[in-house]
Amino acid sequence: MTTTSDTAGPVATAGLRNDLMAAAIIAGLGAIGYFVFPDDLAFLTRVIGLAFLVISLDLVTGYCGVATLGHAALFGVAAYAAGNAALAGITDPIAMLLVGAVAGTCTGLVSGLLVTRFRGLPQLVLSIAFGQLVAALANKLSSITGGSDGLAGISPGPVFGVFNFDMFGRTGYVFSVAVLLIAMVALLRFARSPFSLMCRAIKDDTLRARMIGVRVYPRLVIMYCVAGAVAGLGGALTAINTGVVGLDSVGFERSAEALIMLILGGAGNLWGALIGAILFELFHHYVSAASPFHWMILVGLLLIVVVLFFPRGLVNEVVRRIEDFRQARAVR
Amino acid sequence: MQTVLGILPDALAYGMVLFTISIGLSIMMGLMRVVNLAHGAFAMIGGYLASFALVSLGVSYPVAILIAVIGTVIVSVPFEFLLYRRIYRRSDELTQILLTIGITFFIVGIANYIFGPTSKPIPLPELLKGPFDLGFRMIPAHRLFVIGCGVVTAVALWLLIEKTEFGVRLRAAVDNGDMAEALGIRTQVVYSATFALAVGLAAFGGVVGAELLPVEPFYALRYMVTFLVVVSVGGAGSVTGALAASLLLGLADTTGKYLAPEFGEFFFYVAVIVIVYIFPHGLFGRAH
Repeated sequence: MTTTSDTAGPVATAGLRNDLMAAAIIAGLGAIGYFVFPDDLAFLTRVIGLAFLVISLDLVTGYCGVATLGHAALFGVAAYAAGNAALAGITDPIAMLLVGAVAGTCTGLVSGLLVTRFRGLPQLVLSIAFGQLVAALANKLSSITGGSDGLAGISPGPVFGVFNFDMFGRTGYVFSVAVLLIAMVALLRFARSPFSLMCRAIKDDTLRARMIGVRVYPRLVIMYCVAGAVAGLGGALTAINTGVVGLDSVGFERSAEALIMLILGGAGNLWGALIGAILFELFHHYVSAASPFHWMILVGLLLIVVVLFFPRGLVNEVVRRIEDFRQARAVR
Repeated sequence: MQTVLGILPDALAYGMVLFTISIGLSIMMGLMRVVNLAHGAFAMIGGYLASFALVSLGVSYPVAILIAVIGTVIVSVPFEFLLYRRIYRRSDELTQILLTIGITFFIVGIANYIFGPTSKPIPLPELLKGPFDLGFRMIPAHRLFVIGCGVVTAVALWLLIEKTEFGVRLRAAVDNGDMAEALGIRTQVVYSATFALAVGLAAFGGVVGAELLPVEPFYALRYMVTFLVVVSVGGAGSVTGALAASLLLGLADTTGKYLAPEFGEFFFYVAVIVIVYIFPHGLFGRAH
């Protein structure tokens, strides 16, 4: 997934330093989760699975400007694929992850071919229609998806043949953090690549990008495939950790929530996607206990406030404030 | 043949409900370019108000419809004033989607807080309860009523847009907002009036269509996508387009549910993908 963007010496060291810092941050966050919330590991593992979906959405929405409300399809198909692989005997967690990534990539390809053809409203509606189509199929093809009962009985084998999945979710948690760490470092490199920069150019001004000779459609489709692989990892992780895949993993609500998480954190920034997923799920975890309708009032208000006052997301806003502060000091 | 005759009235009635609710959204999207995912939420408010008026106040059906429409418009005023005004014409889709999803969540939460989390009955008057004899077969009178409401709405809107002073201003604002402004049309007033019209139509559709799309706590979310899809298939801002799309998609959905019920909305969305892929600006829409 890494491309050769960092050819010059100093840039390469800077890139390496960034990668190490990213790895350290995720490992640190993971350790905090492990030692501070030892009873909530299952919840935290769920958050990591969803974070993959949001990061994947960031690749197409934040980097390419594709508005989509059907992204859960990529996640859900991969979860079902990984689950079916496990039921068919491929219980090695890493093999399941690969199955999920491949399934996600294929779904991303189909979805990308369909959705990135247009811009604006047709694009949005095609993405919704694709997502709903997958959801309807998941409901119908109950022989491979379990229908509304969900696909149950997925029992992954030990990681590397050594670490068994325990009932406290410790192995699952550490495994998920490790996968997140590797994927995040790889994606941060990918985000600095010329390919991703060109995607940003397409997002900013499609016409100008086309004028300087960029072939827009194939790039967007490729980006969709990468996003599919990332969402696929998340789907497979969820299947591995929970042992069940339900219809909710392909539903419209899942897609809409992922978009909310992304905007909350900040689109166009992989850290924003990660932080947004964590914040939203924490918010959900602590508020929805009261009543589902109070939760909806609050999340509605939160969304309105973020869109009106922090249109670029919380993380981007914080980054901008810090930059402003630095510049003000530099001037003085 | 029997199946076809069974499907058609239901498809027609369902299509007309879709039309009555979606046309408001279509006008709004054509004029203000706002992807208003909260449109269903206003239809839901209409349903709740009508149910409250019928069950708790005991008023007659026509009065309940009136209360629902006017009440919903009044409720929508603060939303228009504080939120929608910011996103007319200028914003990108993503901002609009998120803002209107936020509004939807907010309305769903508040509505359920006030009216309680159970589905709300909208009892029909005696006149509409029974079957109606068409000569060759019987169909529920309510279906006929819904179809009639759809036809009346379509004709009234056509007259409003094509034959009145307001329609002229509206069309001018749709075609070129800046130029209309320069010619002395107060576009902000036209926008606000259109918003009120759209919301009122949503509430009207929500009430008369309650037999087919029952008013329940998650109504606004459940049909959020459906209304948007109808508009984009028809082409935003086009009355004929919305009518054609509603009838077509109503037919696709009803036929699918009759012939292959276990597939759910599969055929509906296959139809959507095919149509949107071939006509990205809708059946009767224009490229902006």
